[in-house]
Amino acid sequence: MRTKTQLLKVENAGIRFGGLKAVSGVNLELLQGELVGLIGPNGAGKTTFFNLLTGVYVPTEGTISLAGEKLNGNKPYKITKKGISRTFQNIRLFGELSVLDNVKVAYHSLAKHSIFSSIFRLPSHFSGEREMEERAIEFLKIFKLDNVQHEMAKNLPYGQQRRLEIARALAANPKLLLLDEPAAGMNPQETDELMNLIALIREKFSLTILLIEHDMNLVMGVCERIYVLDHGQLIADGTPEEIRNNPKVIEAYLGEEVS
Amino acid sequence: MKKLNNAKGFWGSVVLAVVFAVVVQFLINGGTLNPFYVNALFSIGINIILAASLHLIIGITGQFSIGHSGFLAVGAYVSAIITMKLGLPFPVAILAAGAAAAVAGLVIGVPTLRLRGDYLAIATLGFAEIMRIVFLNIDYVGGASGMTVSHLITWPWLIACVAITIIIIVNFTNSTHGRACISIRENEIAADAMGINTTYYKVMAFVIGAFFAGVAGALHAHNFYIIQPTNFGFLKSFDILIFVVLGGLGSMSGAVLAAILLTIISTFLANYPEVRMVIYSLVLIAMMLFRPQGLMGTKEITSFFKLGKSAQGGSQDANKNTVA
Repeated sequence: MRTKTQLLKVENAGIRFGGLKAVSGVNLELLQGELVGLIGPNGAGKTTFFNLLTGVYVPTEGTISLAGEKLNGNKPYKITKKGISRTFQNIRLFGELSVLDNVKVAYHSLAKHSIFSSIFRLPSHFSGEREMEERAIEFLKIFKLDNVQHEMAKNLPYGQQRRLEIARALAANPKLLLLDEPAAGMNPQETDELMNLIALIREKFSLTILLIEHDMNLVMGVCERIYVLDHGQLIADGTPEEIRNNPKVIEAYLGEEVS
Repeated sequence: MKKLNNAKGFWGSVVLAVVFAVVVQFLINGGTLNPFYVNALFSIGINIILAASLHLIIGITGQFSIGHSGFLAVGAYVSAIITMKLGLPFPVAILAAGAAAAVAGLVIGVPTLRLRGDYLAIATLGFAEIMRIVFLNIDYVGGASGMTVSHLITWPWLIACVAITIIIIVNFTNSTHGRACISIRENEIAADAMGINTTYYKVMAFVIGAFFAGVAGALHAHNFYIIQPTNFGFLKSFDILIFVVLGGLGSMSGAVLAAILLTIISTFLANYPEVRMVIYSLVLIAMMLFRPQGLMGTKEITSFFKLGKSAQGGSQDANKNTVA
């Protein structure tokens, strides 16, 4: 069995933009190796919550800690180094870079060669670059993207772009992977492939995953637990079965019953 | 294997550059090139350095800076002070000019590189104007009437500076550090989320760019006999910007090629002062109409020579396969 140590702990976290409370009082806990869903109607604050976790926004209240270490106020790149990596709702690849280079960028923080050694082409530059390239190619093979490695990222078909974004996020070597609507715009077959991919990477990299998704088949199919966010507040959490029958959740999605 | 090819290409270009330098030196000594052409050659070299340094900031890192003449001015004045007032040798002046401009780049880069797009452009433009006004009001460097500088520039110094600038900037670009800069240009939020310290790399690109602009300033000052604050107005910044845009944003060889072509055009148009700016502007308009991506697009000149062995090669390879 998996070790059930706590990985992410969010206590009472929230952010306000002026008078608007976008997210408030969120308590959330992820155990090592869990696959948890975060759902909610449009504008519920799901992506804002991801932005809080990754440091794009600094929470105005509460604390966020990863494996016991407090993350509040760290810059996004530092949080990535500490082990949270993400994908974006609207794909944000480095379009003019090749597929291979997209992955290499994620390896950057592991690079051992300095700017100085690169400028003067010292031996450490060559060994560092070669190591990066080999690792990146190996990595692309797992995602079946090695046959398009020299293609520019912007020229890939949509499904492959989504896959590349997940690959890039994983290359940053995270403990916790945040997926923001990975199945958006995919057809049922692509969604199935994505579900398999998520299951595969979770086993292979012993990851903890938190995913935002509107596709209920996917969420109910793969997630062990689900949190529901509405108007910036958590209104429910539990197993997919519990969530399906929770009156508050049904109300948030469909409105109050008339009768 | 790849390393070997890279090394071969590198040493090949070095040999070519040395042969070119020696041949031109003989032409100058033999008097085949009259002073007019030699002067044009020096202008071309200085403009290549300026174009390459701004290419790193705008083309690679995507930070729209239009205050490059500010760094040019710092380099020019610092080097002039060192040779004319302190009487130190020319190489010291070149290095000091680069260092001073790099410090200016650091001081101005740290606060302004938090800004994006238009805001950064205006802030850097403001910096260049401030530098101009500062030199205008310091009597030690001659104020508005400027400073006379002796003509110390020689062909070997010029070609060495050009070669070193290009080698360092290309080496920086073709490394994980250069990729970090390109990722900032492509998508800053994603670069941040991938663990790239975006502020650090923006400032780093800015400082390296400023250093070489300072070097160009030193060469400029010791080429034109006199430096005045009016030489470093915002029109000078735009001249440099035009090299980079016209060459193709993101292409080093494009920037260099544009610097060469436009310097040649404006040198020969100097004989027709009344229509000079009209023709120059028409060239730019025609260029933007018929080739808005610039002379080279985002390609490098080396991609044309790599046709045979590009099967294993980098991003140039992908360029060829695409229609866009």
